[in-house]
Amino acid sequence: MQLFPCRLCGLRPETEFRYLSEAGTDRPEPSDNVSAAEWSAYLHTERNPRGPAREIWCHVPCGTISIIERDTATGAVSGATDPRAAP
Amino acid sequence: MSAWPRLGGTEIDTGRSLTFRFDGTPLAGHPGDTVASALLGTGVRIIGRSFKYHRPRGVWGIGVEEPNAIVDIAQGKRRMPNCLATTTRLVEGMEIESVQGTQSARRNRWSLLDRVARFIPAAFYYKTFMWPDWHFYEPRIRALAGLGRMDAEAGREPLAAHRSAQSEVLIIGAGPAGLSAAVTAAERGEAVWLVDYRDRPGGSLVDSGQAVLGQPGTVWADEMLRRYLAAGGRYLSCATALGIADHRLVWISAEEAGGPETLWKLRAGRIVLAPGAFERPLTFADNDRPGIMSAHAALGYLTRFGVRVGKHVALLSGHPSAERTAAALVQAGADVTRLEPYEEPVEAVSWSGGLNGLRTARRKIDCDAILVAGGWTPSVHLHRQAGGKIDWSEDAQAFLPRTGLERVRSAGAASGLQDLNAAIRSGQAAGEDRDEPAPASYQTALWPDPRRKGRQWVDLQNDVTVSDIALAVRENFSSVEHLKRYTTLGMASDQGKTSNMAGLACLAQITGQTIPETGTTTFRPPCRPVSFTTIAGPRLGPLFSAPKRLELEARHLDADAELRGYGGWLRPAFYRTEPAEEEAAAVHREARTARETVALYDGSPLGKIEVLGPDAEAFVEFVYYNTMRTLAPGRVRYGFMLTEGGAVFDDGVLLRMAPDRFVVSCSSSHVEAVARHLDIWRQDRFDPDRVHVQDTTDGWATLTLTGPRARQALLRLDLGIDLGDQQVPHMSHTVLPGGALRLARVSFTGDRSYELTVPSPDAPLFWDRLSEAVAAEGGAPMGLEALMILRAEKGLILVGKDTDGATMPHDLGFGGPRDRKTGEYVGKRSLFTEEANRRDRHALVGLSVEGAPLAPGAHIVEQAGSTRSSIGFVTSSYRSPWLDRPIALALIRQGRERSGSNVELVHLGQARQATVVSPCAFDPDWSRLNA
Repeated sequence: MQLFPCRLCGLRPETEFRYLSEAGTDRPEPSDNVSAAEWSAYLHTERNPRGPAREIWCHVPCGTISIIERDTATGAVSGATDPRAAP
Repeated sequence: MSAWPRLGGTEIDTGRSLTFRFDGTPLAGHPGDTVASALLGTGVRIIGRSFKYHRPRGVWGIGVEEPNAIVDIAQGKRRMPNCLATTTRLVEGMEIESVQGTQSARRNRWSLLDRVARFIPAAFYYKTFMWPDWHFYEPRIRALAGLGRMDAEAGREPLAAHRSAQSEVLIIGAGPAGLSAAVTAAERGEAVWLVDYRDRPGGSLVDSGQAVLGQPGTVWADEMLRRYLAAGGRYLSCATALGIADHRLVWISAEEAGGPETLWKLRAGRIVLAPGAFERPLTFADNDRPGIMSAHAALGYLTRFGVRVGKHVALLSGHPSAERTAAALVQAGADVTRLEPYEEPVEAVSWSGGLNGLRTARRKIDCDAILVAGGWTPSVHLHRQAGGKIDWSEDAQAFLPRTGLERVRSAGAASGLQDLNAAIRSGQAAGEDRDEPAPASYQTALWPDPRRKGRQWVDLQNDVTVSDIALAVRENFSSVEHLKRYTTLGMASDQGKTSNMAGLACLAQITGQTIPETGTTTFRPPCRPVSFTTIAGPRLGPLFSAPKRLELEARHLDADAELRGYGGWLRPAFYRTEPAEEEAAAVHREARTARETVALYDGSPLGKIEVLGPDAEAFVEFVYYNTMRTLAPGRVRYGFMLTEGGAVFDDGVLLRMAPDRFVVSCSSSHVEAVARHLDIWRQDRFDPDRVHVQDTTDGWATLTLTGPRARQALLRLDLGIDLGDQQVPHMSHTVLPGGALRLARVSFTGDRSYELTVPSPDAPLFWDRLSEAVAAEGGAPMGLEALMILRAEKGLILVGKDTDGATMPHDLGFGGPRDRKTGEYVGKRSLFTEEANRRDRHALVGLSVEGAPLAPGAHIVEQAGSTRSSIGFVTSSYRSPWLDRPIALALIRQGRERSGSNVELVHLGQARQATVVSPCAFDPDWSRLNA
């Protein structure tokens, strides 16, 4: 079981986290101007990389969401950052 | 069968005896014996019957590598199947039973299976028992195969504790390398854990008695342990590291003497793997006969338990370590004939109820034991589980752990170092967290020869022979992973510790590949058998999925409630007015009472999620499908939350307490998911400093009065609230000054209802007052079963029951916001896709039916030509006591367009007819809300 960082609680077991999405996905808006293809890509398409990944996870016990940077190939996990502070 | 005289051993007390029974026969051993040493010591050679062919089998090894000596042990009330005889200590009064011995290990009525073995090779069952289907034969075959017998009572009560811990360093294995690493790390000041499956330190030294630095091995080991403990190290004996998961989480099963078993989940900063190596068998015809065993094991039985495994011993000396065995046996009075297996392979074994000789090309040897030293296989299971790679060493004829794994190092025999001093140096280096390169010990290649005749056994536990491997290759199961599944090689509870290397070397020869080209199968945890009760730990029975409990549970039980699980909560299903009252009668009585006078029910699990802050209005407008910004303080509105995919996620009412404060009253079973959904959107889209979400459900109790006399009942409490319909109309709420009571007029029954929410500590007294008032108006408490009928009569849905993952609000008749709401909201774009606009979507309807209620889940079917297909299904179905007829809700394709038409239903082969009607079967103009 991996240890993931929560920016409030520190390193915690991955089972306490819930995956939300890959970071850097903007919700296409307003809905009236969004094509079906754009919306479908937003709902369903993930890059799912092998290697470095930036993902948004929710630490369920405290409710905080963080961007977690990790490597899906090696299991290495670096920091957790506030999605709002992300560039 | 005669016993050899027991000589003194390092672990037994020959001055005392322990009595036990083996397959009913009374026998005696000594304190300190293992089950295996006690049986060998009394002359028992046949310990069990093999898995498939019911061949007699004896003890092969002396530790966790043992493939054969598995027994069922009953001790007092507890019965444990499939215990390893080599690692289980003998206890006074043990009842030991051989596995697979339908009468006893020596006499076995299925042993004729062995005579027909040539007709039942690998995969025989897959190919043969196909008609009419496998399940026809399965019970009979299962009775023949398999190992020990389960205890039906086991698992009823928790037998193991689960504990979590952290350490800076974890050392697995307390042999020469592990002890050296442990002392080094602990004396450096690190927090160290040392685990070993044995009950004493020393590892292979325990068996061999080999001297270290001029001291007897066990004396050296005891001294090292003393130093380690003095430096503050922690030592778990009888503790097996079963597996390593990501980020160095190690699960360790530990049995403390007489205490309960504990499953440790240890997170280690770094790990030293020193689990040692397993002695290899040699492969020759009939090499599975009892009396053929590991040379190292034979040395161990002599050293530790004073058991001499044979008087006339043939020693197949394929590795220098065999010399220690030879010397010790000669000293114990045995005659030892050495054979060099590379030059003089065994051609046949002579057996008639017992082992009595072997034959090579040159000579015949009379012997009662054949000891095998085939070299050593480093235990790389844990290294592989930790993500490490292995490399083939031609010199060592072994797969060795590749260095460079992050914070995990191997040391000692596990990294191919059989020389004691090299192992100790590698342990010291690992203890200091550095590598010390050392060449692995040289070994001769002694692999199976597929050209030899006879049945040569590779996997003793799963009965796989060299010819089975050849057959698999002929049938093109020639990759190592296919071979494993086709022949079951290495799939038994010993995980192929003694068989995998021989098996893949054999495969390599047959396919003409090298061993590294052939590769290994995946090393999976657990690396030794572990009982399900250990894995389950305390999470059994009521703790398996503990329900949430109501503040008022004691009150409900006082009122003779039957409690059941509803959405994770233990809630009253119904209340009995007399002990013999049947469930259906009680439920119908409660449902009628609610329509006739007034019913009181505990709705405390109903969500109470506060949304606060200057941006609260914009927030609820975004997360709800319905327009919520126009909701006035003091008012309540029903609405849906959607997923971004447009599916109905939750329904419920929203209370506006103030311009900047709302309470989300979501479904009872769904509160945590909704709270998380809201909190995620809040952080993702809003300024978290300007809107806050807090789930307060646990802090409040919600008691609901419903029925035509609900208002009269409530007036009896004299709350000081004007309950006039002008002052508190339907879909409004009010708060008692001080905030200790919130009253909302919402209805889940179609009748006038008052939801009263009080702080949980106030709930018991408030319940008493309400119960009294309700009784005075001719009413009664009501459980969830009656409430389900009342809401279904009104066509009110339960999300997840009357909807599925594709249901959109317009399928439920709530298309208004989709047409009119202009702003952005969760799931909006999904409501305008091609899918959302399909004309044949499933829509919610009611079904009217004669006779018995329909079965929930029954399919509505349509005949098109000769094919019949499902066009929907029944989601809720009850008998309505008030209407005196069945009612049902269903999701049906183009449901609303079918209104008034007849449909056909099928459930478990039975056909029914029904008429599509409005979901609301009762009081369609909602006149009773204000009645």
